[in-house]
Amino acid sequence: MKAAVVVFPGINRECDMARALKLASGREPAMVWHAETALPAGIDIVVLPGGFSYGDYLRCGAIAARAPIMDAVRAFAAKGGLVLGVCNGFQILCEAGLLPGVLMRNARLKFICRNVYLRVERSDTPFTRGYNAGQVICVPTAHGEGNYVADAGTVARLEGEGRVIFRYTAPDGARAPEWNFNGATNAIAGIINERGNVLGMMPHPENHVEAAMGPADGRGLFQGLAEHLDRAA
Amino acid sequence: MPLNEPRITPQLVAEHGLSPDEYDRILRLIGRTPTFTEVGIFSAMWNEHCSYKSSKVHLRELPTAGRCVIQGPGENAGVIDIGGGLACVFKMESHNHPSYIEPYQGAATGVGGILRDVFTMGARPIACLNALSFGDPDHPMTRHLVSGVVAGIGGYGNSFGVPTVGGEVRFHRRYNGNILVNAMAVGLAEADKIFYAAASGVGMPIVYLGSKTGRDGIHGATMASAEFGENSEDKRPTVQVGDPFCEKLLLEACLDIMAKGCVIAIQDMGAAGLTCSAVEMGAKGNLGVILDLDKVPCREAGMTAYEMMLSESQERMLMVLKPEKKAEAEAIFRKWGLDFAIVGETTPGRRFVVRHGGEIVADLPIKELGDEAPVYRRPFVDPPKLPAIDAATVAPPMPMADALEKLIGSPDLCSRRWVWEQYDHIILGNTVQRPGGDAAVVRVNDGPAALALTADVTPRYCEADPFEGGKQAVAEAWRNLTAVGARPLAVTDNLNFGNPERPEIMGQFVACVRGISEACRALDFPVVSGNVSLYNETNGRAILPTPTIGGVGILADFALSATLAFKAAGEAILLIGSSQGWLGQSLYLRDICGREEGAPPPVDLAAERRNGDFVRTLVERKLTTAVHDVSDGGLAVAVAEMAVAGGIGADLGGASDVRIEGRAKIGGPEAPDTASHPAFWFGEDQARYVITVRQSDMAAVFELARVNGVPTRRIGTTGGNALTLPAQRPILVARLTEQFESWFPGYMSGSNQPCA
Repeated sequence: MKAAVVVFPGINRECDMARALKLASGREPAMVWHAETALPAGIDIVVLPGGFSYGDYLRCGAIAARAPIMDAVRAFAAKGGLVLGVCNGFQILCEAGLLPGVLMRNARLKFICRNVYLRVERSDTPFTRGYNAGQVICVPTAHGEGNYVADAGTVARLEGEGRVIFRYTAPDGARAPEWNFNGATNAIAGIINERGNVLGMMPHPENHVEAAMGPADGRGLFQGLAEHLDRAA
Repeated sequence: MPLNEPRITPQLVAEHGLSPDEYDRILRLIGRTPTFTEVGIFSAMWNEHCSYKSSKVHLRELPTAGRCVIQGPGENAGVIDIGGGLACVFKMESHNHPSYIEPYQGAATGVGGILRDVFTMGARPIACLNALSFGDPDHPMTRHLVSGVVAGIGGYGNSFGVPTVGGEVRFHRRYNGNILVNAMAVGLAEADKIFYAAASGVGMPIVYLGSKTGRDGIHGATMASAEFGENSEDKRPTVQVGDPFCEKLLLEACLDIMAKGCVIAIQDMGAAGLTCSAVEMGAKGNLGVILDLDKVPCREAGMTAYEMMLSESQERMLMVLKPEKKAEAEAIFRKWGLDFAIVGETTPGRRFVVRHGGEIVADLPIKELGDEAPVYRRPFVDPPKLPAIDAATVAPPMPMADALEKLIGSPDLCSRRWVWEQYDHIILGNTVQRPGGDAAVVRVNDGPAALALTADVTPRYCEADPFEGGKQAVAEAWRNLTAVGARPLAVTDNLNFGNPERPEIMGQFVACVRGISEACRALDFPVVSGNVSLYNETNGRAILPTPTIGGVGILADFALSATLAFKAAGEAILLIGSSQGWLGQSLYLRDICGREEGAPPPVDLAAERRNGDFVRTLVERKLTTAVHDVSDGGLAVAVAEMAVAGGIGADLGGASDVRIEGRAKIGGPEAPDTASHPAFWFGEDQARYVITVRQSDMAAVFELARVNGVPTRRIGTTGGNALTLPAQRPILVARLTEQFESWFPGYMSGSNQPCA
């Protein structure tokens, strides 16, 4: 796995992401500055990490979506390259038109940092092959704007095409309003694009990759990716 | 003198918070009438907040040296050696007045300011803590203030990208008109790459970095040095506005230019902005400074010299640059989209000269601006001693089980989850112990070492007996670090008091500082940084004396840190330390019996040390499975917190044969002497811990206790789904959890019943 992590001004989880990528693949990812116009050669996955790109000014992710590097990211995705956006990265992907929908303020209007349970809806994507379908993982969230919203038609398509990859649930995998802490439509925590090569998710698997820091449930995502890419290479 | 500037009148001088004596001192110092800008500069440098004029003589008593100390008080932050070539840089500072006037921005910029203090020294911030004191929950302002302050702290820290890992929140009516927001930041640097404020070399360029200067925060430090009246709302324009995005950029740019060797000296612009930072850099380096205000990047046109010198716009730094590195440093700042302007240079003359629009608007002796600030030995009276409460005179108004249920759901003891869930406490991926434990544990880079961090004080003890209260604040911080298995290293202190011109307030301050000194000496726990916040009064009513202690400790291996949660059923619950059943100033006496009175528990520092060293040894040898210090609410609350955290019950019924020692101290012949009395379960005796031990380790633990002379007794056994006190109905852990977790969210959503 040869990853590139895009660094926009105000991004602050790039080191957490780089650490998780290295743990899974043994390789340091390339850190790419937002003002660049090209991705490093030989990259097989681009990661947009979490944080507050451009201070969340205007709208979360709106300015980053128009940064110089994003044309290269869009071109990379168009060629089928894998793109992972986490938290602010998800917001940026939505603003950039790479994923449908938008992330609104959390239902109770507060930033929330807590461990949540996600049901992994599919294991046949490059991002989730480290998990079993239906498996429930515990990962932390840390966001104020993670309430996924899209028009009814878009949501129906996402559901119909099996493009909801992660959903907020109870620890046993059951859906319940009290576990959908940010009020997301259909408890959506992560979605994939039509082609299946762009994933956006609000929670932070990269913060649960070491047993000492909590459940290491986030590790499956990175290990699955590494295996997928190493096999492809 | 520039046209249109106000004439210097006694009224103008008074409006600047300068007394007639202080103005005379200025006249003697410079031998002429000061300009308007100069009056502003003196007011900025000589206010209480910047000059420590009332506290200085007493702060000298604090122990500031120790084996681990690299830099004690006097710099932007304290620096200690944590081994492995690394240093920990940390400090706590108050932002009380601004947070009351404008809670979101006040608290946010408090966090921003303390973060800058840490990264100014070359350290990357790795954790924040905060200690918050609010008024009575029933006071109409309290909910608004809690909501705004918590959102502000989160809004800044989350965006900046530092985990907020711990702290404390309390409520008391004495903070009704004057809340406290004490923010602590902790950073890491290489021990031989610390940056200081002292300039060196003549003719070196002085560079302005960061955000532009605006008209916000003018006279913030002067405002913070005065009491509040009814019209405190009118002071909103003195509160600064924060931009954490800009601070994050400033952090990266500063660490970058430091790593590239561009920096001779650097100082953040905090209180009194450009004035204080420029004067300190020059004065510390025995140099003069000339500033050309026409070069200062401004947010708006037409700002006067006076406004520029006193603005407290945030996210700004002043640096003395190595001249040959100018192009390199400027390129780094341009990359991050930040302002970079050469605004002056160092001079040989030890004068502080400020030019604006071709005129000299200030020309002052730079050393005297800081060193010749007035120093007051304010009169003080020793606080009266309160009588110890005889436990025999305390008639339990309700069964102990009911009292425990009530206490664990009370404003001062309930879970703070509502607060810390709004803080990103996991970013950077090193948070080993999250909020909710005795101390936070944060791994140092990739480990195995970790820092333990805590912030503590018990203001009601300080009010009742400032000397013992000062000791207790230090002891509790030391104990909390010990409880996670850390070796306590050093502290930062944030001393919040009322008006020092009142002898009884000054008496509280003096006694608290003496208590802190004594405890820090006894526990080898030096003070390496700190902040004093006085005039915390509204309409003549002072806050409770609140000397917050921020403690830092070290663990050799983060994987060995102890947590408070019960781990398994069938383990022995042991109480470490002796109990006299001290009810004076306890939460049981206050919240259950309705009596806020008596002497607080005395702190036996030798016992603290002995008991704590014993507990730390147990943790290091893996002889204990859970550790929790006993503090607010006493033993019963401590055990309940362990049960709630672990989801495992405890049978304490067998403890009824335990006899309380030292009964002569708590009262007459009728004094209760068994564990069936609430004094045993709810007394707040110090130097105590609750631990759990596997049955197979019991003999080893008791043998170690005997060898070390540490009072240790078994009080019960873990297991089941309920907690049972002697001769009391069992309380389901689920019920305790519900009580513990429900008050805060209920209060903030307005659905709680008014507090009784």
